[in-house]
Amino acid sequence: MAEVTQYCTFWVGSLYLGTDVHKVQEVMRTLEMTPVPLAPHAVRGLINLRGQIVTAIDLRRRLGLPDRADGVEPMNVVMRTDDGAVSLLVDEIGDVIEVVDSAFEPPPDTLQGDARQLIKGVYKLNGQLLLILDSVKTASSELTLSLAS
Amino acid sequence: MPDQSESNEILNEFLVESYEGLDQLDLDLVELEQCGANAELIGRVFRCVHTIKGTCGFLGFGVLESVAHVGENLLSKVRDGTITITPPLTSALLLLNDALRAMLCQIEQNGKESDTDHSTLIETLVSLTDGQIASAHAHGNDASATDLDLSDVREPISSGPAHVPPLGQILIESGAVSQADVKAAIHEQALHVEKAPLVGEILVARGSTSAAAVKEALDVQQDARSGHVSDGSIRVDVALLDRLMNLVGELVLARNQILQCTASNADSTLTGTTQRLNLITSELQEGVMKTRMQPIGNIWSKFPRVVRDLAVTCGKQVTIQMEGAETELDKTIIEAIKDPLTHIVRNSIDHGIESPRDRVLNDKSPEGRLLLRAFHEGGQVNIEISDDGKGIDAARLRQHAIDKGLITTEAAARLSDRESLHLVFAPGFSTAAKVTNVSGRGVGMDVVKTNIEKIGGTVDVHSTVGIGTTLRIKIPLTVAIIPGLIITTGRERFAIPQVSLLELVRMEHEEAKQRVEMIYDSPVYRLRGKLLPLVHLSHALGLGREPWPHEPGAAEIPLNIVVLQSDGVSFGLVVDQINDTEEIVVKPLGKQLKGITTFAGATIMGDGKVALILDVHGLAQRSGVLTAERDRNGADKRQDTKTAGQPTQTLLLFGFGGTHRMALPLSEIARLEEFSPSVIERTGRYDVVQYRDRIMPLVRLSEVLEGVTSDAELDGMLQVIVYAHEDQYVGLVVDRILDIVESSVTVQRRRKAGTVLGSAVIQDKVTDILDIRRLIHHVEDDFLATSTPIETREVALHG
Repeated sequence: MAEVTQYCTFWVGSLYLGTDVHKVQEVMRTLEMTPVPLAPHAVRGLINLRGQIVTAIDLRRRLGLPDRADGVEPMNVVMRTDDGAVSLLVDEIGDVIEVVDSAFEPPPDTLQGDARQLIKGVYKLNGQLLLILDSVKTASSELTLSLAS
Repeated sequence: MPDQSESNEILNEFLVESYEGLDQLDLDLVELEQCGANAELIGRVFRCVHTIKGTCGFLGFGVLESVAHVGENLLSKVRDGTITITPPLTSALLLLNDALRAMLCQIEQNGKESDTDHSTLIETLVSLTDGQIASAHAHGNDASATDLDLSDVREPISSGPAHVPPLGQILIESGAVSQADVKAAIHEQALHVEKAPLVGEILVARGSTSAAAVKEALDVQQDARSGHVSDGSIRVDVALLDRLMNLVGELVLARNQILQCTASNADSTLTGTTQRLNLITSELQEGVMKTRMQPIGNIWSKFPRVVRDLAVTCGKQVTIQMEGAETELDKTIIEAIKDPLTHIVRNSIDHGIESPRDRVLNDKSPEGRLLLRAFHEGGQVNIEISDDGKGIDAARLRQHAIDKGLITTEAAARLSDRESLHLVFAPGFSTAAKVTNVSGRGVGMDVVKTNIEKIGGTVDVHSTVGIGTTLRIKIPLTVAIIPGLIITTGRERFAIPQVSLLELVRMEHEEAKQRVEMIYDSPVYRLRGKLLPLVHLSHALGLGREPWPHEPGAAEIPLNIVVLQSDGVSFGLVVDQINDTEEIVVKPLGKQLKGITTFAGATIMGDGKVALILDVHGLAQRSGVLTAERDRNGADKRQDTKTAGQPTQTLLLFGFGGTHRMALPLSEIARLEEFSPSVIERTGRYDVVQYRDRIMPLVRLSEVLEGVTSDAELDGMLQVIVYAHEDQYVGLVVDRILDIVESSVTVQRRRKAGTVLGSAVIQDKVTDILDIRRLIHHVEDDFLATSTPIETREVALHG
């Protein structure tokens, strides 16, 4: 029996991304957001998740992609991290899928820049590649700050 | 015996209750020693040990029971008055307390007792019991055992305020056993000299009744015993509170949605009901939030014991005083500061307070004083620990740090006395001449500092040699409930901690045009004759620059100024709208946002939206209102003593070296800036920095002026006074900015006027008044001739 892992998948731009389903607390539609002046570029604002204040990080900005067109509402993928919940703003939510561990490969060396830091590896699916996001690094403060400039 | 799950529950209850009892015991014992015999206190102490002994006997913890039993013996003598309370006795009882606690810990962790040997403690207790009995009474051990066992039946009737029926009586009343059985059991118990079994146990062993009946009776007895204490409160799991808090959050959201629906739906019954729902939800939310708050007294309560033990160990006399024990903090913060506080208290007694002999020699009372104070201030919780001990000698501290190789001699020489005090927080630093088991191992204050900083707090130390030392801990509000003023700017709401708030000023547009004046590009407002620097919130937050009322393009709207105070400096924050004051719950920001100093946290508003809480200190620093070492308060006080009526001038005071003070008219100055040495570049003879898209030459006044020496650190931030003329900036580098004073100055002119106009007495100190134009002339001539000769116009300089 090959080992399988479950991933929660979503789209950001043309990228098909996945993150360990156990790290995902919940998926929410757009929530009202309070912008934070002077915050790093990737931080879109704060949301109230049932009394808990959660920082929303825009994955588009995080990955250096252009912003969504006006009026296009992002979805929230709320992740559990060691420092409380963090919401990742994505374009669209996919299914939770099971992948065989043998289909995994580390990212090629040609992958550079911020994406290289955030993408742990790739699953080769039928007709598609699933990029696995390093959720810890994605939510980390250093990188967010470095992108602010 | 009860079945497994039931017995686990009983065990847990027993542990929680016993811990609580032992905590109280600590306090009571120390109080007993101080106040002498007090029937009520002795009764309480006795009952506590007695309860533990009773219950653990029932649960089958033999070792624990035997130790508690010896203690009980001793205490029963104390209660009867045959033994008087002496320090060794108290010490022994406190040791007993510790031993009991340790054993309970073992039971909690392993579910069974450890085989730790307690014979020494038992011997001490027995000898205390026997020794004094032998002198006071003719009875021996037998008598003490009998006394004790009878007390099992009689004790509650004869002592203590609460009427606690004996176990036997309860059993008889419930019909579980006959009176004869109980009498027989008590008799059997009396036959045991050491380690007498309990009445309940004997009854079960003899088959007179069932274990369940005894347990029930013990419960009844327990209720009677604790009834008067626990009536007003119950124990709740913190995790449950957290869940409740989240649920209330959801309820708030649901309510908000209903509110929105009813706004568009005009059914009067629905509207009325919704309004009630609204109110109830708000109150519920508030109530649940407050459940997490605990008074700081909860952790202070163990200090009397700590202080007492340490004082005895060190041969010192110390009294402890507490103020503001009711100051509330979130439970998580309370937990986090417990250990640091204990450490500081231990340090104060070990290192701070002198021996009674030394104190008397120094004209102090032999008894040292330790004061714990807690209060809310500046949007923070302040905790002060002061002692009236020998204080910290800054010079000795520096020497010690050099000896330990923590800093170089040069670095030490540059430290001011106040900065030197902070050496105590350096890792590996300990000034104790000898290492004691109390403190002085050099792992302490640095850990204290780290732990406090971990929760976002700061710790500061003040000390006067011979007078005492004060440690001041400031803990941010995170997760505390504070009153806040809600304001709006740029369509977003922000909360300002009420503590920083001085007053609100509102002006119509026409008035504002007149009253807001400019010092170069810095707007000010005359608030009762004093200049109040103004900061526009949207500007400070980088939300765009709003024009000031007198500037073209300003909207004709009233001007709202929130007058704030930070570190003694007040400034006016201009906001779009002032809404209301509310009790807000401060929540910390995620670590991605920790670097932004302008926000102290965030809060959730009544409508469920998040609002940011402004950090007034950070805001003041960001907008340049607050510069280093300004003491506006001090200046104000001195200024008030000056004669009124004379024409006054606003002067900026700055200093060099140890005491050299200089001043410049504030009106001559564009801004005050701080530059990191890394941004300094060099062109020609001058150091320059890039400033507002221009090259600004830096003039080190210490190099230009005669007789001025600098003691600024080479790698420290540069304090720069920016002088602007035409399109050119010149930066004057000074050691420190001291103050801004409004004062009437009588200048004693120098015979030969140079760049120094003359000297005057400001704030009771001789201060040189600079002639900045002359100085800049000199410099500009020099610098600008080499870069942009076109701008070197003599006329412009004096025009």
